[in-house]
Amino acid sequence: MSDAPTVPTSRTEADRPVRDAAVPAALAVTNLRVTRGDALVLDDVSFTLPRERFLAVIGPNGAGKSTLVQALLGLVRPDGGEVRVFDRAPRSEPRRIGYVPQLKTFDRSFPATALELVVSGARGRWPARITATERDAACAALERVGATRLRDRPLARLSGGELQRAFLARALVREPDLVILDEPATGVDFLAEHDLNHLLEGYQRDARATVLMVTHDLAAARHHASDVLVLNRTRIGFGPPERALTRACLEQAYGHVGHDHDLVLP
Amino acid sequence: MDALLEPLQYAFLQRALVGGAAIAMMTGLLGVFVVQRGLAFLGDGLAHASFGGIALGALVAYGVGGAGLLAQPLWVALPFTLAAALAIAWVRDRTDLSSDTAIGVFFAVAVALGVLFLSMIPPDANVVDVYHLLFGSILAVGPADLRIILVTAGAIVTLLVLAWGRLAYATFDADLAAADGLPVRLLDYGLFAVAAIAVVVSAQVVGIVLMAAYLVIPAAAARLAARSLVAMSVGAVAIGVTTTLVGLFASYAADVPSGAAIILLQASVFLVAALTARR
Repeated sequence: MSDAPTVPTSRTEADRPVRDAAVPAALAVTNLRVTRGDALVLDDVSFTLPRERFLAVIGPNGAGKSTLVQALLGLVRPDGGEVRVFDRAPRSEPRRIGYVPQLKTFDRSFPATALELVVSGARGRWPARITATERDAACAALERVGATRLRDRPLARLSGGELQRAFLARALVREPDLVILDEPATGVDFLAEHDLNHLLEGYQRDARATVLMVTHDLAAARHHASDVLVLNRTRIGFGPPERALTRACLEQAYGHVGHDHDLVLP
Repeated sequence: MDALLEPLQYAFLQRALVGGAAIAMMTGLLGVFVVQRGLAFLGDGLAHASFGGIALGALVAYGVGGAGLLAQPLWVALPFTLAAALAIAWVRDRTDLSSDTAIGVFFAVAVALGVLFLSMIPPDANVVDVYHLLFGSILAVGPADLRIILVTAGAIVTLLVLAWGRLAYATFDADLAAADGLPVRLLDYGLFAVAAIAVVVSAQVVGIVLMAAYLVIPAAAARLAARSLVAMSVGAVAIGVTTTLVGLFASYAADVPSGAAIILLQASVFLVAALTARR
């Protein structure tokens, strides 16, 4: 099973993104390079993700995972290479993307209810008045993530897991073709990993959507993802979990692999 | 009752009340964004920049001898403060310096320039009353001032209402707003520019020393009671207008600087809101 690690020694034609004229890929990243100040954060990253796949992006802290997400969203400009989302430049069709940001950077002092948060996702503006149609759509999205009871709760009074559900509803309310999640935290007080993956798989199936999830959770990547990108500044491995999550790939990405890491190897 | 209403016959007080209400609406709406973006110090920086600008305007007015457009210090103070605001926004945007550092530098330079300019005007020239400028005065709103206040406040309130959904979204989270295609950087610069204009126009009534508090306290008090940003905005405007009208009236009745009367009232409202706010 692990006899064919995908650690690239030299790039071959097969690694390059293939463009299918009829059905463009959900994501096509070609030789992406991003610098921040003097630091090279992403270097020569290429991969192509067809539609309706579930991609897990893993890698150690500082591997450039969030920067990759920002490049896909059009929030950082590449210093080299190209990013295509549904065969268009990033930010061309923001309504087709549902984005769940990292919650640890979020300022909860903003006066808003969970309902307003979800409506902001549907509208692409902050709501002053909420129409009946918007309210129905937002309530349906909250119900989908099991958060109906949070509707009128202020953001400041949501637990981490509740806030995460609200943000997920915010992303799903616009019925996106692509859901991007940047490190949804799991564990104590957060949405149980099982719940989150179950919700995402359900939405993906119903809406025939594509999912990209940055995660630290290798078990989730193994069991739920159709594809895994192992990243550490550059592409370490890419492919189905059984090919990307090999000892060789993980050692190259994380340094050594030992029992003190939460790494489960095939 | 007649004794209470009698002062309303005075034209100067009528102008102060109408102008004050317009200013309060404008700064109340603006203050919500200043508070939620953590820019309280910006109000201070811009007020002090406007001190430099008004001082330069007064010097120019003295130079031209009280004739023409430049006899009104505002026309020099506006571009001066606007330039300072955009420079602060630019330093924030393009360097690693925090906005506090950027504001602190401009703050000091503008005050130093202002003192320098004022010292160049002979004390008996009577182009600017420094005491009124620093602490606010109900006598400050002349007929020409009132026209400027109404036009400026009308334009800024309209702009803020039209851009409210976008500004609020970018205030909530700049990355989410940018990912949804909003021009976040343009909104940042626009907010700073609008704040500069609002501060210059309000400074004569409220006083430069208390301008920052005037911008922040109504929004902060409304924040304590409001569950949504739109309720906070409505609350900030209501608190701002009420305290400004009552404060101006008290300023006349008790013969104290209007800025002090207004701010002390606003602080009382804030205190009540803080004591009664649900935890």
